[in-house]
Amino acid sequence: MKDLLPTEADTRHLETHDAGLGFWRTWVFSTDHKTIAKQYLAWGLFWTVIGGFLSGVMRWQLAWPGSDVPGWGVVGPAAYNVLVTMHGTIMVFFVAMPIGLGAFGNFLIPLMIGARDMAFPRLNMLSIWVFGLASLVLLVSFFVPGGAASAGWTGYPPLSGKVEYTGSNWGLTLWLLAHALEFAAFLMGGVNFLTTALTLRAPGMTLMRMPLAVWHQLAAALIFLLSVGPLIAGAVMLLLDRLIGTRFYVPGSGGDPLLWQHLFWFFGHPEVYVLLLPPVGFVCEVLPVFSRKPIFGYRWILWATGGVVGLSFMVWAHHMFVSGMDPRLAMPFSISTILISVPVAWVLFAMIATLWRGSISFETPMLFALGFIAMFVFGGLTGIFNGSAPVDIYLRGTYFVVAHFHYTLFSSTVFGAFAGFYYWFPKMFGRMLSGPLGRLHFWLTVVFFNLTFFLMHNIGLAGMTRRTADPRPFEMLKPHQWINEWATVASFLLLAAQIPFVVNVVRSLVAGAPAPANPWQASTLEWSVASPPPHLNWGEALPVVERGPYEYSVPGESQDWLPQRRPLATGA
Amino acid sequence: MVNWMRWFPENVSTYGGDVDSVFALIYWVGLVWFVITLGTFGVFLVLYRRRQGRRAFYITGEPLRQAAWILIPCAVILALDLWIDWRGAPAWAKVKGQFPPAELTIQVTGRQFFWEVVYPGPDGKFGTGDDRQFNNEIHVPVGRPVRLVLKSGDVVHSFFAPNLRFKQDMVPGRLTGGWFEATKPGRYELPCAELCGIGHSMMNGSLYVHPPEEYEAWVKQQWPAATTADSRRPR
Ligand code: HEM
Ligand SMILES: [Cu+2]
Ligand SMILES: [Cu+2]
Repeated sequence: MKDLLPTEADTRHLETHDAGLGFWRTWVFSTDHKTIAKQYLAWGLFWTVIGGFLSGVMRWQLAWPGSDVPGWGVVGPAAYNVLVTMHGTIMVFFVAMPIGLGAFGNFLIPLMIGARDMAFPRLNMLSIWVFGLASLVLLVSFFVPGGAASAGWTGYPPLSGKVEYTGSNWGLTLWLLAHALEFAAFLMGGVNFLTTALTLRAPGMTLMRMPLAVWHQLAAALIFLLSVGPLIAGAVMLLLDRLIGTRFYVPGSGGDPLLWQHLFWFFGHPEVYVLLLPPVGFVCEVLPVFSRKPIFGYRWILWATGGVVGLSFMVWAHHMFVSGMDPRLAMPFSISTILISVPVAWVLFAMIATLWRGSISFETPMLFALGFIAMFVFGGLTGIFNGSAPVDIYLRGTYFVVAHFHYTLFSSTVFGAFAGFYYWFPKMFGRMLSGPLGRLHFWLTVVFFNLTFFLMHNIGLAGMTRRTADPRPFEMLKPHQWINEWATVASFLLLAAQIPFVVNVVRSLVAGAPAPANPWQASTLEWSVASPPPHLNWGEALPVVERGPYEYSVPGESQDWLPQRRPLATGA
Repeated sequence: MVNWMRWFPENVSTYGGDVDSVFALIYWVGLVWFVITLGTFGVFLVLYRRRQGRRAFYITGEPLRQAAWILIPCAVILALDLWIDWRGAPAWAKVKGQFPPAELTIQVTGRQFFWEVVYPGPDGKFGTGDDRQFNNEIHVPVGRPVRLVLKSGDVVHSFFAPNLRFKQDMVPGRLTGGWFEATKPGRYELPCAELCGIGHSMMNGSLYVHPPEEYEAWVKQQWPAATTADSRRPR
């Protein structure tokens, strides 16, 4: 049993990073995965505020174009392009990834597999630092002459290649640099995730006993690792085009703007699954606990997720149906795109089947998980329209797309992350949150989310194009301007709906009831240690895992849940 | 709001109906599917809410016989997907595949921030003295196939004609193209659907579809020297 004791390295780790080390050693120079998770969470929440604020300014301009936005002034078309670019960039790379992967991946993986920390704790510290640097560079980019990047979050050249085209000079270059740093951070993170889960599992934690949250973190990390290479190459070429006048994307001298689009979307489409899969994992954890049933078809879900990983690399050109690539490519990509609905629906059906004959309680994490399912079913269905090549001729670049991706991205990153946040908050911070405030937060969010985004489908069908700074020049949009006003008012209420959440968290951190080790009676490993878990997670001996992660309501057992650590023999 | 088809601007092209019918197919299939899925979901939530003294049913969903409950609906989805693509392929081919012979070819170049429209003139050739350029204005006769040659002068733009259900990016260094046959006279808007810089959302041209005589009159006015036969220019 020697190998279950802390190793010499563990002990050194313990000595250098245990409590009582003062502010810097605990919060800045920490290699503890739980602290790094909180650092990622803090950055993510910081950027959420900024990303949300930028979206509010855009919405104001679209509802009442040309009028003064309070505290900002008139939004000119140049500023609008900055807003739309930075909002998209921030939400995807600086909110969804740091929260979904950075915070939850770091927090959950070691705790759920019974490890003391990540495989490379120092690399982990480097990862959050580099991410912090990326954040600082992105922040600085708002304040340089010419303003922040304004070529859309997709940064298509030649628009993104030359200052004359956009007006953004250093802003766009720093935008590229921020991406490079952020990718480096997540490459370190991804390698760490995979190595940790493959090598540091506690005795008895076989791969098939690993919670789905861990599996989905790994799938996301794998997709990221496999897809980011081409984009890094593409971004370096764009940087060279901007800085020293190479002509990788300039036609007439061997360059081609479509090269970027292929490289970008070869990364960009898988990237949406990088954003989606961690929240899918959270929902897979929350559903069994609050319906007291095993997840329906654990292995089948793994197969489906594997299918998503594979297919996600075969669909990128559905962003390019009308880009100028050979039209004969459209049908194969249309088919692969629509096919991905099969594994995705598969997972959603497994989630719904988990509810069947359960004993469902509607605590806040469960409400958000259910919200995720409902919104995602809808967002997924609207994706079929975009996946059909002939229909996408019309839809591409319209507000229908904006509505579609907010239904999928918002449902996954916001609803999914809130499900995870409310569920693991007691474990992370050792305090309970208020149930009534949580439920209020959920209901306000779900109502105003739909009021904000639903009618965007309609105005898109009516012909409103995305990244439009001002709908006034278009006769065809005049009768529909009320939708813009409506969506704006709703979006402000959606932002305001986050107040109960903030109040809840602050109140709980200041004066919340201390959380017991296992407030939800959940069976996965992380709930078998104190809340919050001590350094190195497991005290003297590592946990020994005896069974799968979702043993709820097992017939013949007096208790309706069996912790993964409970030995089989003494099961009763 | 119930029927999304009503939100489209009026279709005035020969192929727009094909696009719309694929949209309608997806719409109705999706709506039925949505109602079934979320209906089941809602029913489960009500029926299986926590109640005193009732324990959840233990089922893992692992054996194939149980998993069939999710695999069979997935097989149905697969079939529906293939149906949608099978119905979509001809519509795509009509718009983007083989272009029918056209009497009139117009070159449109996307520029920051306007559509530069060039007519070849009576000789039917671009780059000759009788070319004429218009900004943000396209004039075509009703009921005739028109060929478009699309170019870009600076960055990527996307030529969007909502009433025709047509869209095609214009890429620097590359000729892209398209065609359409308008079915109803009138003025229709031509927004740009790809972010192309500061003036992007001010980019809005007009497509004028004229009845035959009106179109002839317009041609006469632009090329007074040419005969009617010239300007008709059978291929
Ligand atoms: C309060 C919540 C939100 C509001 C009101 C909002 C609103 C908007 C608006 C108005 C646009 C610009 C559309 C256009 O002009 O084309 C936009 C774009 C976008 N949003 Fe959001 N959004 C919200 C949350 C989110 C979240 C949570 C995500 C992702 C995790 C997200 C991702 C994006 C992306 C990727 C774009 C596209 C940017 C581009 O076209 O370059 N948004 N959003
Ligand atoms: Cu344009
Ligand atoms: Cu444009």
